[in-house]
Formats: sequence, structure tokens, C-alpha cells
Amino acid sequence: MLRSAYTGLAPIRGMSEPAITLYRLQACPFCERVVRTLEEYNLSYRSRFVEPLHSKRDAVKRESGARTVPVIVDERTGVTMSESANIVTYLENTYGEEGRLAPEAAAAGGS
Amino acid sequence: MDLGFDVVELPAPDHPEEGDRAPDFTRPLVDDEYWENTALSALDAPVCLVCHPMDGSFPATYIWNELRDRGFDNLGATVVGLSISTPYAHKRFIEDHDLRGTGFRFFSDPANGVAEAYGVTNALDGMNGVVEPRPATFVLGEDLTVQYAWVAREHPELPDYDDLEAAVVEAVEAGAVADAD
Repeated sequence: MLRSAYTGLAPIRGMSEPAITLYRLQACPFCERVVRTLEEYNLSYRSRFVEPLHSKRDAVKRESGARTVPVIVDERTGVTMSESANIVTYLENTYGEEGRLAPEAAAAGGS
Repeated sequence: MDLGFDVVELPAPDHPEEGDRAPDFTRPLVDDEYWENTALSALDAPVCLVCHPMDGSFPATYIWNELRDRGFDNLGATVVGLSISTPYAHKRFIEDHDLRGTGFRFFSDPANGVAEAYGVTNALDGMNGVVEPRPATFVLGEDLTVQYAWVAREHPELPDYDDLEAAVVEAVEAGAVADAD
């Protein structure tokens, strides 16, 4: 499934593993902003929800070095990133129309 | 359990039996760090699925303390719980019952759709609008084939842990033989 990552279907583990993992907090506007961008670019992603208390977020700290969310981990590019503004910019530069991994470019260039 | 009086009998369940294929579902699956939509069919077989009353009830505590103390995490199966409790409650439950490090994970199903699909619902008297799974255990092999099924017939009734453990061990051994073929 060459372009399975771009189908935009809800990710189900074990079927088509999405390349992007989003660590998020329920109702966090910064996280929702990243979600909107992921959906805008039709990117498949998995959501991992953490708790409001920062002290409960060791999994996030292991990924990014900090306990803030959102965090995305993009296995396709090896990028791990915090801060929603930075993430949105990254997604735009990577998967936007002019991005280096825009769907057309990625499809033409293989997986 | 002899209490000297009759306990409440539950209606006969209509659940998947041995040899049936158990219904697949996707729900948030909670571990000690986060939760994530996960399909039952995506878990490594064999799977020991334990439906239990909501987190905080004494049967939930009894069941999971027992599974922990018996070392169900060391049998070679994937052990998952399922209740109507929220992911936040499951996180507390994992912490409060010293389940961190066991690998036990818990599906969250507040709308109780899984128990409906499995035919193991229990409408709680005195808690209007609250329906949850009755205690029920399923051991599932490859392709979600039911290898063992037990469902509570009384309220309350707890799993037969010896039977469950034997079924899990048998499923693990059967899986190992299949892998060697």
C-alpha cells in the first residue's frame, strides 16, 4: 500500500501504521490546531492522549524532552517536535502544496 | 459462595462460544502512560479479554488484584480489561492497584457497545441509565477465535480463575505449536 499514509482513514493499529504520532490532551486548543492541519493535508496519524497533569506525562518527555503537548513524532522524516506553531509550520513546509513531501511528490518518489 | 440467601440471577447471556469468532472492535486502550484507539484484532494473540464492572466497584478490584497476584502478565498472553469507565478512571485504576509494569491494559467503552456486541450487558438497578458489562472472560486465539468463554450468571459472580488460567496457558501453548509449524 504505497500511499496508505495518505488515505486519511482513521488509523487502526496493525493495519496501516500511520507514520505520524500525535501526543495530545483532550480539549487542548493547541492540539486541535495541529489536528486541523493534519486533516487539511490529509495525513494519517495516530492519537495518544495524555493527562492534564504535567507530572503524568513521562511518555511525552521521553519523546520530546519536555512535558508540553502537542508533540508530533513523524517517522517518515525522523522529526519529533513540540509547540503547535512550530508543528504547523513544519507540516506546511513538509506536506503542504509546496512542501518537499507533498502527496504528489511522495507518490511519484515512492514510499 | 453460600450467603444463606439467593443472590440475583442474571438473564441468560447470548455470548460468543468456543469456536465462534469474537466481534472485533476499536476503542481507546489505556496503559500506564496514555490511551490510543486500538483494535482488538491488532493485539498479539492469544488475548485474554476481561470484561468487568466499572472501575471503583469491588468486583473490579477483586478481579484485577487476583489477576495481578496470579501473575497473569507472565503467561505469554495479551491481557486486557474492558469497562465503561473513562480513560482517566482507567489510569487511576492502574495506579491504585499497582498494575504499572504488568502490561495489563484497559479498553474504555462508556457507551457499552462492546458488551452489547458480546451479549454480556448488565443494567444496574438503582443507577438509571447505567448499563455495563457483566463480569465475563474470553480467551481469543488467532483471528479472534474464542477458545474459552465465561460469563457471570449471578450478580455478583466472579471469574473462575483456575479455569481461566488453564485456558490462557493452553492457548499460549497452542500458539507456540502453530508458530513452530
